[in-house]
Amino acid sequence: MTVLPDYPQARGCPFHPADGYTDYAPVAKVRLYNGREVWAVTGHAEARQVLLDPVTYSSDRVHPHYPALAPRFESARKVRNFIGMDPPEHTVQRRMLLSSFTVKKTNALRPRIQALVDGLLDEIEAKGPVADLVPEFALPVPSIVICELLGVPYTDHAFFEHQSRRVVTGSTTLEESADAFTQLKAYLDELIQRKQREPGDGLLDTLIAEQVETGALSRSELVDIALLLLVAGHETTASAIALGVVTLLEHPEQLAALRSDARLLPTAVEELLRFMAIADGIARFATADADLAGHQVRAGDGVVIVIATANRDGGAFPSPAAFAVDRGARHHVSFGHGVHQCIGQNLARAEMEIALGTLFRRLPGLRLARDLADLPIKEAGGVQGVWELPVTW
Amino acid sequence: MRITADQERCLGAGQCVLSAPDRFDQSDLGLVEVLDPEVPEGDEQRFRDILDLCPSQALSLEA
Repeated sequence: MTVLPDYPQARGCPFHPADGYTDYAPVAKVRLYNGREVWAVTGHAEARQVLLDPVTYSSDRVHPHYPALAPRFESARKVRNFIGMDPPEHTVQRRMLLSSFTVKKTNALRPRIQALVDGLLDEIEAKGPVADLVPEFALPVPSIVICELLGVPYTDHAFFEHQSRRVVTGSTTLEESADAFTQLKAYLDELIQRKQREPGDGLLDTLIAEQVETGALSRSELVDIALLLLVAGHETTASAIALGVVTLLEHPEQLAALRSDARLLPTAVEELLRFMAIADGIARFATADADLAGHQVRAGDGVVIVIATANRDGGAFPSPAAFAVDRGARHHVSFGHGVHQCIGQNLARAEMEIALGTLFRRLPGLRLARDLADLPIKEAGGVQGVWELPVTW
Repeated sequence: MRITADQERCLGAGQCVLSAPDRFDQSDLGLVEVLDPEVPEGDEQRFRDILDLCPSQALSLEA
């Protein structure tokens, strides 16, 4: 009997995919934590094939065939929003949000993001080294931005950041994640009820007025949408900013190239997105028999798209293991692909560009205050990155 | 060649606007709008690559 490789596997270096993934390109059977065997899709073309076909490869999280990549995904079945739905149900919800996430709208937030970043760096400089850039910089930037966008009071950040971490961490148990989801839902339900009495000017207030009051959404549906936007709106970008700092510091010649030409910032951020693959993998299940790179996928089979290796596929990216700030390739799958591609991707780009660009301009002597090998890496199966980022300058 | 956009398929990722802001915009609803559909001769491959980035396959090139 063949022993299947496990999915997910822990990274040895925070910005490289786990070593074990590369052995089974482009498609192979792997075993999940609960013993279930699913297809791991590690090739770029195959990843796109699956992600572009929501009819054959469903995102319906409630369905028992939808594979739980880690225990917390079992709890996530009780949270119903568009990330875990298929068209046409998915499309209706996503379209309610589109106007708030256009390139124009996110660009209009840039001056506010810049002011926020400047203020945090003022504090860091005033305090002096050593600074831990996770709580002092990488986390508050997207956390404050998503609060202001949604109309969630940032004064509650300690609560929702803690609960969000329990929701996105690979090692979170079933009980912990179920409790975190329950607490986040209760918090957001209370917030939305308060907003129904005293409307504010955030996206949640707009959705209450346009969708809940008209009967297009129930309050509990809005709670589940708000939960997704709040959690995904800060935890992933916070990880990307912190790991982006690490990745740039560990590639000094690339950092020097970026410093010598600030116009490279957008392509540098795009390359960081490709290279780091903060979201390690995403799940689907087959609704019908299908051929996938010569393998016979059966209806009901689970599928995991391994973003970290699809982004390192030499067929799609020449010299894929090289980090090159001028690569200029946007066809990575770090935001997914297909109908579920990240709705907040342009906000994430803006936050990363402003945070990283300003940080390295303001603190030219920035360096790690601890060896890379000693930085605590986030657990397999969750949002990837580092838990702490002590730096000096 | 001309670019055609299918607003029914569009899901507002904004990839087209990022690639060619002189050619694409997003409506108040967040859906794609083609500002200038004409693709100059010799530029077809560049636009095929841009269209290929669209996650909802809402854009196509027509003769």
